[in-house]
Amino acid sequence: MNKGSHAERLNHLPERESSDLDRETALKLFKDMTLGRRFEDKCAEMYYRGKMFGFVHLYNGQEAVSSGVIGAMKLKHDWFCSTYRDHVHALSAGVPAKEVMSELFGKETGCSKGRGGSMHLFSKEHHLLGGYAFIGEGIPVALGSAFTSRYKKDALKDETSDSVTAAFFGDGTCNNGQFFECLNMAQLWKLPIIFVVENNKWAIGMAHDRATSDPEIWKKANAFGMKGEEVDGMNVLAVREATQRAIQRARSGEGPTLLECLTYRFRGHSLADPDELRSEEEKDFWAKRDPIKGLEKVIKEKKLISNEELKSIEKEIDKEVNEAVDFALNANDPDPTELTKYIWAD
Amino acid sequence: MAGTLLFNALRDAIDEEMAKDPHVCVMGEDVGQYGGSYKVTKDLYEKYGELRVLDTPIAENSFTGMAVGAAMTGLRPIVEGMNMGFLLLAFNQISNNMGMLRYTSGGNFTIPTVVRGPGGVGRQLGAEHSQRLEAYFHAVPGIKIVACSTPTNAKGLMKAAIRDNNPVLFFEHVLLYNLSEELPKGDYICALDQADIVKEGKDITILTYSRMRHHCLKALEQLDSKGIDAELIDLISLKPFDLETISKSIKKTHKVIIVEECMKTGGIGAELIALINENCFDELDSRPVRLSSQDIPTPYNGKLENLTIIQPHQIVETAEQMITQGL
Ligand SMILES: Cc1ncc(C[n+]2csc(CCOP(=O)(O)OP(=O)(O)O)c2C)c(N)n1
Ligand SMILES: [Mg+2]
Repeated sequence: MNKGSHAERLNHLPERESSDLDRETALKLFKDMTLGRRFEDKCAEMYYRGKMFGFVHLYNGQEAVSSGVIGAMKLKHDWFCSTYRDHVHALSAGVPAKEVMSELFGKETGCSKGRGGSMHLFSKEHHLLGGYAFIGEGIPVALGSAFTSRYKKDALKDETSDSVTAAFFGDGTCNNGQFFECLNMAQLWKLPIIFVVENNKWAIGMAHDRATSDPEIWKKANAFGMKGEEVDGMNVLAVREATQRAIQRARSGEGPTLLECLTYRFRGHSLADPDELRSEEEKDFWAKRDPIKGLEKVIKEKKLISNEELKSIEKEIDKEVNEAVDFALNANDPDPTELTKYIWAD
Repeated sequence: MAGTLLFNALRDAIDEEMAKDPHVCVMGEDVGQYGGSYKVTKDLYEKYGELRVLDTPIAENSFTGMAVGAAMTGLRPIVEGMNMGFLLLAFNQISNNMGMLRYTSGGNFTIPTVVRGPGGVGRQLGAEHSQRLEAYFHAVPGIKIVACSTPTNAKGLMKAAIRDNNPVLFFEHVLLYNLSEELPKGDYICALDQADIVKEGKDITILTYSRMRHHCLKALEQLDSKGIDAELIDLISLKPFDLETISKSIKKTHKVIIVEECMKTGGIGAELIALINENCFDELDSRPVRLSSQDIPTPYNGKLENLTIIQPHQIVETAEQMITQGL
């Protein structure tokens, strides 16, 4: 592997101590990551059984980012903005699995009423600003949500307005103008936003180092005078701690952070991707760093949760996912007479 | 009382709505300290502060997207396109997010935004600054499109657009900012979806919008002297069209000319004619006619520029032919 490569960078990150992990946090993170993993595995199954259509992008391998970032934020208070790879962000934000699954089945009970689909999950209730299917277009929207937070505080004099927005997007997206434009504006106006780059090394079939002049994305923050951080995106505790630092900065009015999480997707780009370009060696390297196994290891070392309890949690989650599928399968399609509903607001 | 200039009428509308609702804010290039390239937001920065009248970097797609996110979370942003043509760079945010997001989100979010600015063919501004994006944006679902044409309707429509809970593309015209007129007193609004019957008539219907309203008015004087009693309708709403007013008029006159400043191909008139054919076919005594700009980039040379857009005499000639020769 060439030096400076994606994997090399991960190996060169300093070892971190996870001394302050308590049982409650461990439980929460383990549940959230396991739900993300099991939910996505079920999606693959449903897709190949012909129950789910369209483009479906799974999140396997990247769970530490969603759980680490969103888990450190205040649900229904802070805001989240995602991409087409949005199922797990929605789950971490608290959107019930049955609402997400229903949406993937195109049902009226879906979080977007069956009008959005896999790439367009929305929930105002859970402050999910949405899944955006075009590269980069969610970043300005997230910026707007951070702007509102500052506007309420400084223009409307609402001292309680301290929400932070997390914008998730990939390595490939960091070559798009909206990324740079929004970094500039966020830093210029000190907006409470965290730009979370999920660098999984690939943009469909385009390897990151073939697409960008400097593969170290976090360093690009420098050009804007912004705080940038590089973090082991396979380690949920490292992601969580980096996020906590970023939240602290954002809430205290110090502005945005660019957080580059080094991670990897265990499956193809989407369920339609033959995944022919990535080497077995590369996949092995990352499979050994499975974020859920990594957390389990810490839990066991620290004796925070017993093996039996972990197993029973997994069972519970499988049950939840199966119930979500049953619920979605039995739910109604949207009413055909309501085809044009939701175009206009009153 | 002295009249109000159109740009000041717009400014007053924004000022009054900002004073009434603290969630209303303005963002765009040079809208703040500079007061807007056509002074539509003059002095508002001093009055409301730098967050409510936000000077943005030159990043159209991103600040338009930012307005979407701000609207989704409770604000009511007015985005200024320094020139509407620059919004080609914001096409993605206007189409995907402003227009479609309420629907794709299953009604989770509403996007109360106004995107406004100068459009149309000015005086020798060159091709890029003479675009008529109303036609390009026409197919985008979920956005309303209006064009103002007088100080009175500019103010009333702007206030209605700001209060509307949907995204509104609001077209002003570079050559109309200095029109002056005495405004109605008090807090009035003009309905966003209602055409304006500028002059009633029985012989022929002329449908138009924006600056061409004034070309049509000139044509009307000559038609009148020729004994032709034309009905002039300013569409105001380019999307959706006020079909009721349009069909009522055609039922009366049985003849229709569309006068538009956009290009003929894929223009506003193209859609309008289709709609008229679908809804008023049996009422028509002759084929509907479009008078549109040439399908070319607007040339710089003044004479060529005049040849590119419709002139009043062409409206007169066409109406005369349709009536006298039944063409
Ligand atoms: C504007 C736009 N161009 C192209 C695409 C097609 N596309 C979808 S995902 C993708 C790669 C994105 O890679 P990255 O940002 O690294 O995110 P990842 O999929 O790895 O999570 C591309 C090119 C798109 N969705 N939008
Ligand atoms: Mg990627």
